[in-house]
Amino acid sequence: MKNFEYIAPTDTLVATQALSAEPGVTTVLAGGTDLVSLLKQGIETPTRVVSLRNIAALRGISKSGGGLRIGAMATVDELLASKAAAPYRSLQAAARGITAPQVRAVGTVVGDLLQRPRCWYFRNGYGLLAMQDGESLVPNGENRYHAILGNKGPAYFVSASSFGPALVSLGATATVAGPEGERRVSVADLFRTPASASERETSLMPNEIVTEINVPSASGWKTSTYEVRQRQLLDWPLATASVAVRERGGRVSDARVVLGHVAPTPWRSSEAETALQGKSLGEDAGAEAGKAAVAAATPLSQNKAKVQLAAVAVKRAVAMAA
Amino acid sequence: MATKYDWPAADDRSLIGKRHTRVDGPAKARGVAKYSYDRNLDGMLYARLVISTVPHGRIIGIDTSTAERVPGYKGHVNIVNVGDEVQWVGSEILAICADTEEHARDAAAAVAVHFEALPHWVKDEDVKKAGEANRVQPAKDDTKGPEMAEAWASADETIEGYYGLGIITHCCLEPHGQVVDWTDDEITVYASTQAVARIPADLARGLSRDESIGDVSADAVHVITPYMGGGFGSKFNIDTWGVACAKLSKLTGKPVKLMLDRDEELMVAGGRPSDYGNIKVGAKKDGTLVAYESETWSTGGIAGRGSPPLPYVYNNEERLAQRARHLNVSTNIGPARAWRAPNHPQAAVLTMCPLEDLAAKLDMNPVDFFKKNADLTARPEVYRYEIDKCAEMIGWSEKWHQRGDSGSGPVKRGLGMSLHTWGGRPHDSTCEVRIQPDGGVSVNLASQDLGVGTYTTLSVVAAETLGLQIPDITVNIGSSKLPVSGASGGSTTVGGTTASTRRATVNALEELKAVVAEALEVGAADLVAKEGKIFAQSDESKSLSWGDACRKLGTRTITGQGKQPDREGGKLNDSGVGGVQMADVSVDVETGIVTINKLAAVQDVGLVVCLAQCESQVYGSLIQGIAYALYEESVYDQATGKMLNPDMEFYKLPGAGDIGELEVHMVQNKYDDRGVIGIGEPPVISPGAAISNAVANAIGVRVPTLPLTPDRVLAALENA
Repeated sequence: MKNFEYIAPTDTLVATQALSAEPGVTTVLAGGTDLVSLLKQGIETPTRVVSLRNIAALRGISKSGGGLRIGAMATVDELLASKAAAPYRSLQAAARGITAPQVRAVGTVVGDLLQRPRCWYFRNGYGLLAMQDGESLVPNGENRYHAILGNKGPAYFVSASSFGPALVSLGATATVAGPEGERRVSVADLFRTPASASERETSLMPNEIVTEINVPSASGWKTSTYEVRQRQLLDWPLATASVAVRERGGRVSDARVVLGHVAPTPWRSSEAETALQGKSLGEDAGAEAGKAAVAAATPLSQNKAKVQLAAVAVKRAVAMAA
Repeated sequence: MATKYDWPAADDRSLIGKRHTRVDGPAKARGVAKYSYDRNLDGMLYARLVISTVPHGRIIGIDTSTAERVPGYKGHVNIVNVGDEVQWVGSEILAICADTEEHARDAAAAVAVHFEALPHWVKDEDVKKAGEANRVQPAKDDTKGPEMAEAWASADETIEGYYGLGIITHCCLEPHGQVVDWTDDEITVYASTQAVARIPADLARGLSRDESIGDVSADAVHVITPYMGGGFGSKFNIDTWGVACAKLSKLTGKPVKLMLDRDEELMVAGGRPSDYGNIKVGAKKDGTLVAYESETWSTGGIAGRGSPPLPYVYNNEERLAQRARHLNVSTNIGPARAWRAPNHPQAAVLTMCPLEDLAAKLDMNPVDFFKKNADLTARPEVYRYEIDKCAEMIGWSEKWHQRGDSGSGPVKRGLGMSLHTWGGRPHDSTCEVRIQPDGGVSVNLASQDLGVGTYTTLSVVAAETLGLQIPDITVNIGSSKLPVSGASGGSTTVGGTTASTRRATVNALEELKAVVAEALEVGAADLVAKEGKIFAQSDESKSLSWGDACRKLGTRTITGQGKQPDREGGKLNDSGVGGVQMADVSVDVETGIVTINKLAAVQDVGLVVCLAQCESQVYGSLIQGIAYALYEESVYDQATGKMLNPDMEFYKLPGAGDIGELEVHMVQNKYDDRGVIGIGEPPVISPGAAISNAVANAIGVRVPTLPLTPDRVLAALENA
């Protein structure tokens, strides 16, 4: 592991000022469940690590206006225990899907959003785009867990976030602090598919910190998350879907369908949303939405099964929401 | 007529065959049991390996100049040299040590190794492609039994299919490695090993190959391994890292610790060969098997390896026409090591799966089919009994249905079964039992407890023999200075060590009886040791408590010696066991996810020494079996030649929630006269085949290869 300077300021502004505008020079530490292994493996080699642990303003989960505020240091366990978060069923289901008590205890919700992809080429040191001799190793390589949507290249990894799809479906926003002040961005826009090796999988500048997530009221929405996971033991889902629907007169009037682990970002499916529009929430509507969600899928050489798994995730998420 | 060393008769056993908690359990639960990884000696240095980053290449340069300037660097030794070839990613190149683990990692990372790349190949399932890459060699073509063409002509029904399972690793929770402390007096090796008594000679041999070290006597080496965290067949040798660790200790004059990292452990320190094959089986209308033909291939690294004994269990050479062809695929991956029941789990899949497919084609209940053909096995009576017992445990007659669960809903349920066999011939063992004047009893031998219950079984044997209780016995194992006992591999330990311990204890007791006989003025032959006393059978009033009896020794300590093998005076062990397992699974046909409802296992091991430890071995096997049936596989990337999942994230193992219900039945009071037979291997053989068969029964189609992951299950359903 490369040596680095460690600082743990008590103030967000000081923290952002301690971060470099240059990519890869500094990094932010929250729960550390991902970063520490990246440091140990030499995949991230910052010269300075800025811990957020002493910044009181970043803690806690609370009601905020009609909605929910999730501080950057709030853990998965805190989300599960929070009364304020209890009405957000899709978030609760996503939290329960993280089945390791250790990760729940120290891992943060925001850290889950910003964790690096689990692509095994990336984790084995071949870079985010898994390039070797100018070509991606993924399309002809071991791609059973890779993307089936948004995978025209050069990025083929999947976003590993458990909460991303649910938060996007709930219309959540992130507050982002930088040296020049704060900005707000939708959680959907936090994620980005890198177009080149110089880009990352988020839209954050290297010296920006997500300070909190704000989730609008879910009142009147039916929400759910369904994860296709092979094991009960901590396991990355093979495909997930989060849905948020509103009905008028027994028919769907608003629908948001967001898939996880199928694309380099949480994948909002307008096709699935259209398929649900005006339907009553039953088995058929879910199945049709699932089919619609993967109609444009372009599986790689080994991940055809994920097309079906994604469709089933949507179908079952719709059934759970109903 | 029982001879003096024979195991006590059934109604005379107070401890043997009963459940006893593990004597080393409290020390492990409290964290005071010291594993090799836990050894931290004064002034100890930390060593790391530098490994090959290429799957095949010639080393053209090793530059350690930067590494030598890393703070805390203390020294390095080469394992291979410039000009040598490396044949897999992870191949050991040198070992380097420093004052802290962090500095050792920094120093290892600073070593620059330059390779001239050579062509590599890491894929084995597609044998045609491997052949095109010149990686396939014929290894075997055996034809046995009745004339093949006639046998096929007599078959009313045949099936042909493709079956297989990929490469997995041992994934020991304590990785390979050791701490070596080379002083003027002795080379002390705290090794994580399955072969305490064998390591001294192995290390001395390895060191003597280095001219700068010169001759090292095996007797200068002291191996200490009171506890170890898993071996499964992968920890018999000192390995390159052990020799390098010893050299670093000599070089620096300090104790040195070198334990593998998880990724190294998975890439180079374990590995069970794959096996794939096209199988053809034929039977008459009534289910009588007549012919079995297999064409299989496998890899276990550059040397190939992995030739399963086919057909498996159902292999009577008089009555079943059989032909087994095998091809070796040479790949640039870490070399295979013996994995718990080498070649048998593969053989079970390649035999029991096609047999169940044939039973399905014949519209026969597999229980009837496997029983009907039991005469083709080496122990028909055992298997028939075990099939019936296991069927009762899993509820076969109530739950079994023809292929394909016709119920509505996406979750389908099914049952499957498999049979297995194993030798378990006891290894050589010598034991010394001491009886002290203060009543203390110790059992001393250079065996090892891999976590399987050796401490407990030897306590049971000595306590039973002396009429004492388990806590009265001290078991000293895990030191190479104790009387030599065999390596723990092939399910040989319990048979070997209990025999030598029984003989040593009986001999020690005879000496004590002679002293007691004099004191009580009775004949020594009249004395028995029972319930903490030694008394005359003819007159129970003539009795001494164990403590008083031992006090009669004055200042003398009794030693009794025992040896295995030893044909004199009793039959204590045997080899050859049978087992049957059945699986009850649910399969979600929309997601392809398989969950285990229940696994049932019936196992014969002759005389059970400690029922709890025996059952525990079976439970562990079933869990390990679920792992390779559903989750485990080493994934190799052809372009880079690298194993992509040398971690415990994508190298998947089951957790407690993934196991389902396990029910174990040890056959007792039926084959006890055979003596003690090993249990480590046999129960891990059948889970893969039984679970695969249960999945086929649930969904109506065969998923050809293990592990039964969602993508494989969905592909099989789609191809149906």
